[in-house]
Amino acid sequence: MTDFALTDTAANSERAVSARRAALSDGFFRGASLGAALLVPLIFAGVIVSLVSGAWPALSKFGLGFLYTEAWRPIHEEFGALAPIYGTLVTSVLAMLVALPVGIGIAIFLTELCPRPLRRPIGIAIELLAGIPSIIYGIWGLFVFAPWLQERVQTPLMEMVAGVPVLGTLFGGTPYGIGIFTASLILSIMILPFISSVTRDVLETVPPVLKEAAYGLGCTTWEVMWRVALPYARSGVVGGAMLALGRALGATMAVTFVIGNSHHIRASLFEPGTSISATIANEFSEATGDIYISSLIALGLLLFVITFIVLASAQWMLRAIEKRQGA
Amino acid sequence: MIGNVANTALYLRRRAVNSLFIALSVIAAGFGLVWLAFILGALLSAGIEGLSLSVFTQSTAPPGMEGGLANAIVGSLEMCGVAVLLGTPIGLFAGTYLAEYGRHSRFSFAMRFVNDILLSAPSIITGLFVYQVIVLRMGHFSGWAGIVSLMVIVIPVVVRTTENMLLLVPNGLREAASALGAPTSHVIKAVTWRAARAGIITGVLLAVARISGETAPLLFTAFGNLNWQTDLMEPMASLPQVIFNFANSPYEEQHALAWAGALLITAAVLALSIIARLLEGKKRN
Repeated sequence: MTDFALTDTAANSERAVSARRAALSDGFFRGASLGAALLVPLIFAGVIVSLVSGAWPALSKFGLGFLYTEAWRPIHEEFGALAPIYGTLVTSVLAMLVALPVGIGIAIFLTELCPRPLRRPIGIAIELLAGIPSIIYGIWGLFVFAPWLQERVQTPLMEMVAGVPVLGTLFGGTPYGIGIFTASLILSIMILPFISSVTRDVLETVPPVLKEAAYGLGCTTWEVMWRVALPYARSGVVGGAMLALGRALGATMAVTFVIGNSHHIRASLFEPGTSISATIANEFSEATGDIYISSLIALGLLLFVITFIVLASAQWMLRAIEKRQGA
Repeated sequence: MIGNVANTALYLRRRAVNSLFIALSVIAAGFGLVWLAFILGALLSAGIEGLSLSVFTQSTAPPGMEGGLANAIVGSLEMCGVAVLLGTPIGLFAGTYLAEYGRHSRFSFAMRFVNDILLSAPSIITGLFVYQVIVLRMGHFSGWAGIVSLMVIVIPVVVRTTENMLLLVPNGLREAASALGAPTSHVIKAVTWRAARAGIITGVLLAVARISGETAPLLFTAFGNLNWQTDLMEPMASLPQVIFNFANSPYEEQHALAWAGALLITAAVLALSIIARLLEGKKRN
């Protein structure tokens, strides 16, 4: 009898120990997960707080004028962000103008036209290229693309449009090779694989039944893509394009090498300019004086606000398509 | 009769539009692929020319002297390695929280949003953040500051892939393990993590690929160092930063080294992506 009781208590206490251990490990696990999860919003808040506090001296000194002043004279401690803002917006918009149609064209080619055995290899190649770091585009742009562009494209183009009212100004000036135009083209090549891989993924979510039905009605490939597949995938394509725009806006190294770092806004696209990220990358480690550094951080804050708006709308659109897929 | 003529004209026009469209998209594909081939071609030819044994054995030198990239290679390996080692567990646990504990909570919804913003925010912002928070406090640039800025990039990537991969694990597995009496922590460790392992490793590899090419966040955190340096408390060289400085210098031999470094980084990034893809493919089969 006593023996039974003894083993019974032993088993019970053993069970109690293991239950306690399980509870402890559960608690630890839950705590660790929650702690790690809290870290993410904490980093985000930290980024905002540190940017705002770092930018404060410059913003309070220059006020809203910081946004629309072109002058950037470190020696006189006068700083205005207009030229970098202009450069960032113009290069990103031009890059999107080139990359969007070409990227969608590649995606359509891959989902609809490409012979089957080639589809996977080309698709994989494009995805791999989307991962190439931007500094590679930068060094290629500086040493290979800019000289080629200067000789083969800029000079002939300038001669062609010289004297024509608007084009003559837009493509006038001196063909340095580096400048807003070159930076935009390199950006467009950089975001191209990105746009096509996102668009291809979205086009693949179009139910085959829809396309087959359209083909069955006698639609041509163009009509199926333009009237059925693309409208179905629209919010995904737009979301992907916004993500690419976010990338273009923040691209630092691809632009810094070739934009020319000039704080003057000029009418010609061939002239050098600067962008927000290029200004920060080039000047931050050499900046002296609190107001200079603070102005650069204010540029960073501005970039963060712009990309935040773009990325948030991209997410909103991509969520919409996810939801529809789930439903 | 008249209807037929009109129809024929319509058909002809539709066919013409269609051919035009097909031609344009083939041209677009060709155009895109040609540029990308151009870049890789230039990278290969100039990069191989710049490669030599001394690239791996000697540290960066002032212009005019013979030098290599050894300190930058080691700096990159050290900083990326530590950043991934420290960032992966954080991202893993945070992603686990999203998928296992707070799948539908409002906090998780907000966290997903914030995480995805951090995932694609410009990396130069990360550099500014770490400069403000760490470099100014310490009073000098350091390898640790570089590591923290890389971690800020690694964590969102790992969070996103962990959550995605855990969501793919069927709920039946979790329920079966729980029904056997396994505590939640054990269910996660022994069942869901194990089921999602290949996918999570893929995500970590992609994160490594991403940070090994990052330049902007290192410029004003790790800053760079001309000499051999493995102490993380000191300013530290990294491959992307050396490429940036050397490509902007006026000296030919530094350009050659910059190309060699660019080739090394691209090779590493492509190799990592291919390994990641193979792992993913294996899982699918």
